[in-house]
Amino acid sequence: MEHTSTLEKALRGVAITCVILFFMFPIFWIVLMSFQTNETILRVPPSIIFDPTIQNYVALITGRLETSAGSLEINFMSNLWNSLFLSSASVAVGLILGVPAAYAFGRLKFRGSEDIAFTLLSFRFAPPLLVLLPLTIYFQQIGLADTYFGLIWVYQLIVLPLILWIVRGYFEDIPADIENAYRVAGHSWFSTFRKVALPLAMPGIAAAGLLAFIFAWNNFIFALVLASADKQPVTVGALAFVTASGIQYGQVAAGVVLSILPTLALALYAQRYLVEGLSLGAVKG
Amino acid sequence: MSIELSNIRKSFKDNVVLEDLSLEVATGETLVLFGPSGAGKTVLLRLIAGVVDPDEGSIRLGGQDMAGVEPEDRGIGMAFQNFALFPHMDAHANIASPLEARRSSAQEIDGRVEDVSQLLKIDHVLHHKPKELSNGQKQRTALGRALVAQPSILLLDDPLRNVDAKLRFEMRLELPRLLSSQNATVIYVTQDYKEAMALCDRIAVMSDRGIAQIGTPEEIYLTPKTIAIARLFGDPSINLLDVTPEAGEEGPYVRLSGAKVPIRNGYGQAIGKDCVLGVRPESIRFVDAAAAGAVPVTIEAETPLNEKTVTLAVTARNREILISRPATTPGPDSNDAHIVLEPDGVLLFDRETGARVETEPATAAGEAA
Repeated sequence: MEHTSTLEKALRGVAITCVILFFMFPIFWIVLMSFQTNETILRVPPSIIFDPTIQNYVALITGRLETSAGSLEINFMSNLWNSLFLSSASVAVGLILGVPAAYAFGRLKFRGSEDIAFTLLSFRFAPPLLVLLPLTIYFQQIGLADTYFGLIWVYQLIVLPLILWIVRGYFEDIPADIENAYRVAGHSWFSTFRKVALPLAMPGIAAAGLLAFIFAWNNFIFALVLASADKQPVTVGALAFVTASGIQYGQVAAGVVLSILPTLALALYAQRYLVEGLSLGAVKG
Repeated sequence: MSIELSNIRKSFKDNVVLEDLSLEVATGETLVLFGPSGAGKTVLLRLIAGVVDPDEGSIRLGGQDMAGVEPEDRGIGMAFQNFALFPHMDAHANIASPLEARRSSAQEIDGRVEDVSQLLKIDHVLHHKPKELSNGQKQRTALGRALVAQPSILLLDDPLRNVDAKLRFEMRLELPRLLSSQNATVIYVTQDYKEAMALCDRIAVMSDRGIAQIGTPEEIYLTPKTIAIARLFGDPSINLLDVTPEAGEEGPYVRLSGAKVPIRNGYGQAIGKDCVLGVRPESIRFVDAAAAGAVPVTIEAETPLNEKTVTLAVTARNREILISRPATTPGPDSNDAHIVLEPDGVLLFDRETGARVETEPATAAGEAA
């Protein structure tokens, strides 16, 4: 790879551009759509030349949707807030429960540890709908249906196995002698976990947290069944754009853009830790 | 603090690493654990440090049974073979970690870290992270971390293994001084016999899940228990020749190149048995053809090694013998030379078991005097 000719560089540039175009085009198109009215979106042939308007965003933020059939209340902003709260809280709970568990599974080989870890992973195998039916009944009986608490609990089905299995691998990659050295130096196991294992696994924890957040954010079916209107996340709330007078493409596009932003911001922020993790190669001494 | 291990057994799954191992190290003594890789040296250190627990047997430090005592409560300083530095902390924090655990004041920590790092000549790199340190600096940082809290027991797991030859040589000279200044009981693991002989009061040779021989460096060098141990020490290594001692008028002798080479009277019990004769290269001298017990040999090659010259010679039956002599002394004139074995340097081993044949008591007492 040391000697790349100009032609090779040019070809590589073209190839990368093609890939980026291919993957980014739908998002680019949606961003364009979010600045158009339904009429300009639906004209044939479509064009990228139009008078940009921010009325879609205004409608979402003020919560009033003006359509040809009259005005309509939408609570997109509260959906967005629900998504943010549900995802953050689920990831927080998932990290608090999952990281120590991952450490236990990674470091202490106890009887049945492998089986328990696998059982936790197997939650991801079951189709959510299959789980949901009995869960809905139980939740209604014990009063957890349509509560944030109940939703966060159910979200652990998505978040916990993911965090557990990713972080466990990072803990296993830390040479045991580094922790042994800290113990022998006179520190308790808990202080060793906190001061040595946690900082060294931090890139893994950041990656797992980010992934878990995205998975929780994008979840649809749990919230659809278990949450009522005031606790719905954006994924479910977007259904409101399908109105009696047609689908509000402009608002849908603006909603998509707004709901991408938090995850995008988080990914950009967490990227630092992910890259740092890759350059922390001196662990082996 | 003294270290006492009794009847230790340790296995990992089905692999038994240590079996019925007992060992005592007196307070202030430096003991070297020596042996080929896989002999269980590192496991033994880990058992003492409390990082792993024995299946059977007891470990007593300073007379106290260590069963159930966590590593952090044993008051041990340990340097790991692969350094095991904390990659997210700089050298200063690495060295300071045992002091932090003892809740020393910040001022005291800085002072102690400063002292130790000056002693080890790493005071100029204290603010570097481990990945910015050279191997030698890493090794010194690891050593500093082990020494800084002045533990009464020091476990050093082959600390010079991963450093370059020059530094290893320097440290081999420095370490004995450093260790004696610590007043600690030291167990030092190494695979380098020169390091072993330079550093310690006693050497414990490990093989086959236990300690094969324990003694002073001289004892192990001059009277190894088995052929295997004899091979481990000495460079160039010991000459081993198959012989069958015979009875002569003046005592037992062996035949080499047709010549009768007398061996010590104490070896009378070995007469007629299949044996292996072991003789160190420096216990062989070149002599004139007329000398008593002279063995004719043909010289194949000579290798000067600074302070000594090593000669490779073959006997009439094409058996190779290495002869070592101080570099300044003259060698043989021609390729056809004669050698004589110094009787005190001749060891006999049982060819079947590999165990050294003891000289008979009467003579042995005379030799010891």
